[in-house]
Amino acid sequence: MTDLSAASSLDATRAGYLAMTRQKRMYSGLTLALFVIAMIMGFRIVEGRSAGGFLDGLPQVFDFPASLVTEAWEKRANLPGYLVEFFPALIETINIAAVSTLLGAGLGLLLSLLSTRGLAPFPRLIPVFRRIMDILRAFPEIVIALVLIFILGGGPVPAMIAIALHTAGALGKLFSEVSENVDLKPVEGLQSVGAGWWQRMLLGVIPQVAPNYLSYALMRFEINVRASAILGFVGAGGIGYELRNAMTFGTGRFDVSAAIFILLFLTIVFFDQISSYYRNKLVHGNQP
Amino acid sequence: MTATADFTAGTARDQAHALIGRKRRVALLVPAAILAYLVYVFFAFDVAGLAERARLDNARILVADSYSHKIHVTRDGRASDLAFAVEGETKGRYPEGMRPDWVEGGIDDAVIDLGDGHVIRFLPDRRVTYDLPGQGQIDINRVNDVIVASFPGFAPGDSPDWANVSDARVTITTEAGRLTVTRSKDEVFRYFFGWELFWFTLDSPYHNVGVWTLLTGPQLDPLRSNIIGAYQDFMGNQMWRHADVFWAIGETILMAFLGTFGGALIALPLAFLAAKNFAPLVWVRFAVRRVFDFVRGVDGLIWTIILSRAFGPGPLTGALAILVTDTGSFGKSFSEALENVDEKQVEGMKSTGANAVQRYRFGVIPQVTPVLLSQVLYYFESNTRSATIIGAITGGGIGLFITQAMQTQKDWEEVSYYIVLIVMMVMAMDSFSGWLRRKLIKG
Repeated sequence: MTDLSAASSLDATRAGYLAMTRQKRMYSGLTLALFVIAMIMGFRIVEGRSAGGFLDGLPQVFDFPASLVTEAWEKRANLPGYLVEFFPALIETINIAAVSTLLGAGLGLLLSLLSTRGLAPFPRLIPVFRRIMDILRAFPEIVIALVLIFILGGGPVPAMIAIALHTAGALGKLFSEVSENVDLKPVEGLQSVGAGWWQRMLLGVIPQVAPNYLSYALMRFEINVRASAILGFVGAGGIGYELRNAMTFGTGRFDVSAAIFILLFLTIVFFDQISSYYRNKLVHGNQP
Repeated sequence: MTATADFTAGTARDQAHALIGRKRRVALLVPAAILAYLVYVFFAFDVAGLAERARLDNARILVADSYSHKIHVTRDGRASDLAFAVEGETKGRYPEGMRPDWVEGGIDDAVIDLGDGHVIRFLPDRRVTYDLPGQGQIDINRVNDVIVASFPGFAPGDSPDWANVSDARVTITTEAGRLTVTRSKDEVFRYFFGWELFWFTLDSPYHNVGVWTLLTGPQLDPLRSNIIGAYQDFMGNQMWRHADVFWAIGETILMAFLGTFGGALIALPLAFLAAKNFAPLVWVRFAVRRVFDFVRGVDGLIWTIILSRAFGPGPLTGALAILVTDTGSFGKSFSEALENVDEKQVEGMKSTGANAVQRYRFGVIPQVTPVLLSQVLYYFESNTRSATIIGAITGGGIGLFITQAMQTQKDWEEVSYYIVLIVMMVMAMDSFSGWLRRKLIKG
């Protein structure tokens, strides 16, 4: 009797489990099918709205790199000269990234402290500062840069301001996520001895969050090096600007382009490695 | 005994002092170094010279144009009547019999009221006068095909700095508007607040009709119901090209979608080859990792340039550039996620006799899916922004629209419209991907 009911309840459980699995599988299968359809449809739409087709272009992907490499190899004697010639432009690109990271991190720090519960001096204004960060983050750098180029003329300053504003929004959000988990006891201790808001933040909060903040700022610096190269391409100075000049000169001066590609590649890899090394060190302490 | 205790306390104090002193020096040195660097950059970027190069008149045009519109009144030497047009464009021309209420009279007796006492008159023999409040009347005449302007309080041939006078052209810019007199025509425009013709152009029957009348009022166009007609006329608006702009926004999101998810699909199998615990062959692992590093290091900008040579301008190049760059980023982070996988589940699958594919499918994928999906969604959101930028370079989506509008240097109201749309798009993608992430991770 007991055996029978146990067996039937086991059967029911198994049937229920299988039904659930089937349903789950059906749902995930449906999602997957929808996803695949969306990918294929999207790809066809994009292909239809482009000048060249995907299959027509595919064999040509390596034509340009090949001719770039051949021409650069034929004129390889010029390469060291070009590397030296464009080094100042590279320094400008790195400077744009560094200054905008510094200024953006400063502004982001301020915004994050102003928008963290428990730390903000004006708690009622927290949503306002959050929205400001959202909006700063949503502005693509290129928009601000192009508007500022119209007003200030070409050069590194528009790019710097554009990247700094975006960085302030992006870092502000990451910073405030960190500072929300901050231990409030040191802050209260400082308040009890009569410290002002700035003193509480500088002495009570910053030492706790500095490693995380620095790690985020380093990551942002790495992103900003890329961004400042791209903005140079639309007229904001630095190595990107030189690259565009080299690319649009007649059919393109491939040896110059190759030199700039090499500089850009090495720079990006260099800062990528440096930043990930120090980030590891900051987050995991000094142990190897 | 007490001496040694004193001694150790003394050294501890000295050590503490030394430590604090060192920290204090570092605490002073870091801001000093940053300050020195900023000073260097101040000179390297020539910030001081910026004040000279800055075009504040450009800034004024930009700000004024971005929230207001101009209505032009034109007297053409060969036409028989005045012409009125929003922004001076053919698409914004007023239809026959319609005119702004601040213009009176015809081609030889027009009185144009610019507001605040500024009045311009078009008189016979193509004479033009401008009553400037507090200054008097400016008189512009044509003498032997040469334009002669006399300003009150200025000697003949002399002019104030807010006017630009030559034999062939006189331009007077005031806060109320602008008057331009050339050999062939006289033109006045006046600024008005808002984006004119944003909903419907002047030739649409729905122009200047309230929402309520549109929904409940009588049918305005005998051929179409109000809602369908309004939708068609709004989308087909020649001034603002809403249909094209919305397409472009969709195209930008599509570029980001294809690039991100395509990159993730390619990176996933490769990531297995780069993960320590799945790829037993060291050289395969090494090779795949270097490929990831290379693809990531060659920036999206360079990929865009290389791919645009093969696929031509358009969104396809942008999508592929995002795809290639992201394959590198995803490959790196996916392989890191795979290396942190819990081996117990894989062993459990193995013990039931599962083969390699089944082990991956049921032992590994369920563990890493939330991590990977959350990364992919995060990239999707940030790639909508990148797609705007890449679109500006390769010519696709809203990025193309905004650069084109900026290059004309006069359609700033369109630029601000696109900016609003881009910001809204990015914020929407941000909250959408955040919502999806929370939902997927919690299950």
